[in-house]
Amino acid sequence: MHPMLKLLIQRLALGLLLLFASTILIFVGTSILPGDVAQAILGQTATPEALENLRREMGLNEPAVARYFSWIGGILQGDLGTALTNGADITQSLGKRLGNTLFLAFWAAVVSVPLAILLGVISVRYRNRLPDKLISAVTLATISLPEFIIGYVVMFLLAVKLQWVPSVSLINDGMSLLAKLQAIALPVIVLVFVVLAHMMRMTRAAILNVMESAYIETAELKGLNGFRVIVSHALPNAAAPIVNVVMLNLAYLVVGVVVVEVVFVYPGMGQYLVDHVSKRDVPVVQAAGLIFAGVYILLNTAADLIAILSNPRLRHPK
Amino acid sequence: MTGPSKKLSRRGFLQHSGAAGLAATSAGLLLPQAGFANSPRKGGHFVLGLKGGESTDTLDPALSLGSANSYALYAFGDYLVDITPDGGLTPALAESWEAAEGGKVWHFRIRKSVEFHNGKSLTAEDVLKTMQRHSNEDSQSGALGIMRGVESMKADGDLFTVTLTTPNADLPYLMTDYHLVIQPNGGMDSPADGVGSGPYRLTEEEPGVRYSFAKFANHWNGQVGHYDTHEIIAINDDTARVAALQSGQVHAIDKVPPRIANLVGRAPGVAVGITPGRGHYIFVMHTDTPPFDNKDLRLALKYAINRQELVDTVLNGYGSVGNDIPISDAYPLFDETLPQRAFSLEKAAEHYGLSGHDGSPIILQVSDAAFPGAIDAAQLFQQSAKAAGIPLEIKREPADGYWSEVWNKQPFCASFWGGRPVQDQMWSTGYLSSADWNDTRFNNPEFDALLLEARAELDQTRRRALYARMARIVWEEGGLINPMFNQFIDGYSEKLGGWTQHYSQMMNGFAAKLTWFA
Repeated sequence: MHPMLKLLIQRLALGLLLLFASTILIFVGTSILPGDVAQAILGQTATPEALENLRREMGLNEPAVARYFSWIGGILQGDLGTALTNGADITQSLGKRLGNTLFLAFWAAVVSVPLAILLGVISVRYRNRLPDKLISAVTLATISLPEFIIGYVVMFLLAVKLQWVPSVSLINDGMSLLAKLQAIALPVIVLVFVVLAHMMRMTRAAILNVMESAYIETAELKGLNGFRVIVSHALPNAAAPIVNVVMLNLAYLVVGVVVVEVVFVYPGMGQYLVDHVSKRDVPVVQAAGLIFAGVYILLNTAADLIAILSNPRLRHPK
Repeated sequence: MTGPSKKLSRRGFLQHSGAAGLAATSAGLLLPQAGFANSPRKGGHFVLGLKGGESTDTLDPALSLGSANSYALYAFGDYLVDITPDGGLTPALAESWEAAEGGKVWHFRIRKSVEFHNGKSLTAEDVLKTMQRHSNEDSQSGALGIMRGVESMKADGDLFTVTLTTPNADLPYLMTDYHLVIQPNGGMDSPADGVGSGPYRLTEEEPGVRYSFAKFANHWNGQVGHYDTHEIIAINDDTARVAALQSGQVHAIDKVPPRIANLVGRAPGVAVGITPGRGHYIFVMHTDTPPFDNKDLRLALKYAINRQELVDTVLNGYGSVGNDIPISDAYPLFDETLPQRAFSLEKAAEHYGLSGHDGSPIILQVSDAAFPGAIDAAQLFQQSAKAAGIPLEIKREPADGYWSEVWNKQPFCASFWGGRPVQDQMWSTGYLSSADWNDTRFNNPEFDALLLEARAELDQTRRRALYARMARIVWEEGGLINPMFNQFIDGYSEKLGGWTQHYSQMMNGFAAKLTWFA
């Protein structure tokens, strides 16, 4: 078997094991939270009889272990079950939310990843000069501000004052791609600000590291221009660490944007998960947790594989 | 009765039902108040931005909680009886009602030719099934508490009859509870499908995100529901909600934060609507648990709180001081003669001395989940109590799970009550010794007896006197520290016509029904 293929299978098997472990963690975590879904649904209007009736219907009187195994059994048959709170089919409602999250993450990545690498390259080309310092200062400032502050600022300027784009980023199936892009303009801007600095600085550092090498000096002595040296000679050899950081940020764009979702009323996975945690809707929390864990594991595996592919010494092990 | 000026007020209603045992009107009038003479214009797309929508929400009226989906109920549903802007009653699906046997039996005459969105016609049987679903032994309904006094119900022709265990002059008010949407076959088949008889028909449902509606052409009352389409968007973030109103994406929002209400009111094209509340931001002590079982200690704490300071800082002036009873002057039959308890460090210290408390810290459990600003309020309380020599200690609790783990369980905590349409309902839900939500563990046989007597009393002068005595008992003996009544602050676009102040926020939930694009 090709060593790469073997590695891939090993990684995926490990990933599945991790996923399984994460389901147990999530289940235990939600079980030790105070209160249960019946109480959360009825809130201040709960009467003992209504609570008991609701618990009976939802099967909350079953022992926790039995509930866990019946859930896992469903998953193995491809059935995520139904939400305890509103009886919605989880596969369907979660699928819609996941689609929205991936849509937002995709466009944020399309803008931010090339931009970060470009800015990183420019920083290296003009290192320790004005462009480098300017880029560093701006990106560090945007990463240092909390997301919601950036969100409120762009909302105030672009939506309330100039009225170019909507402040509420609701999208639905009936909208054209252009209308959808206009609707998500503000969250994309904020997410780009948030993830830019990390990727940009890693690109800069990784390339600078390579720039110390003798072969770069040779390229420069041959008289190649500065950008050519960086892009064709240095960047490919700095790929591994950059890909790692890019993947980490992509994962963040998928699983960590709940604040941005709340500020712009974007119907993504983050708010969906938070709502169900606060209502103790364990099957949904499990399903969402499973997907988040899956995204992390997949992206990290991809980062590893790309790092290996980009390094001939690892690609052809003796 | 044909005009809004003749609308049945609560007082008039009581006189009617007391004198003749009858309160009948011919038409369901939910017209805006006189003064808005310009007639409604039809058409347009009306968007409401509301705080309190979660992806766990369901349109099952029994389990509905939070603004976004309870306002959805108001859009697609109708009730037996509606509340008028001034807190009176007006016929809705019940075109008339009358009391018999001194308020023990109530007959509701169900309106004919009312159509549900699924094409079926409304019958008294649908009403019966609805009420059964909220009160039978399998009920999971949030309205179960208020349906407790029902002994039996029956439907006969177009009459729906409720027999109570004890007389209750306020029963029609209970029928206005937002859970009690009349559904085809009582919602026994598919409770969460959003089918009712209301002015708007549900077209799209995304829990916690949005609900879309289209005008229901066959609605029985042509004078409500002026928009072609209506949308409810859940915007839980305060700043985002205000920005959506300012940028014109929504036409009205609820729960404008008091600290920015002035700014919102000054913004162009936007107005702020204030509704004096019956909701109160409070601290509750269990009167059966040491050290709060000591009346002097309770009085010491009541005197040690600076109410005006809390209204000014926590509510930014959008509220009024409370007086250690859950009733404000917004309620009918309010007793104006009850003296306002003043902030007095001397009296607080004196009662604290009399209580003989051993000086150990008195723990107050709070979270901003109880009400916005609860932690600030507790800290101000702590400072003023300290000045009176009372060792108050604040224990912050997580917002998550506050209502299930702290409220109504711990002996001294922050709480919130949204208020009720009538005094009886407020006292019965929170202060009767046997009530589930008796969050002060108040147990006073004299009070209980007075409450039951008042409930059956159809003479309103005598009823007012009974309520006054009850208020005094709770004021003196109760475990309720009520520093303030909050006001509801709505924001709405100046494009809207017909916006009026109602008894509760967002025109008592009827904004989409009663306003139009001017």
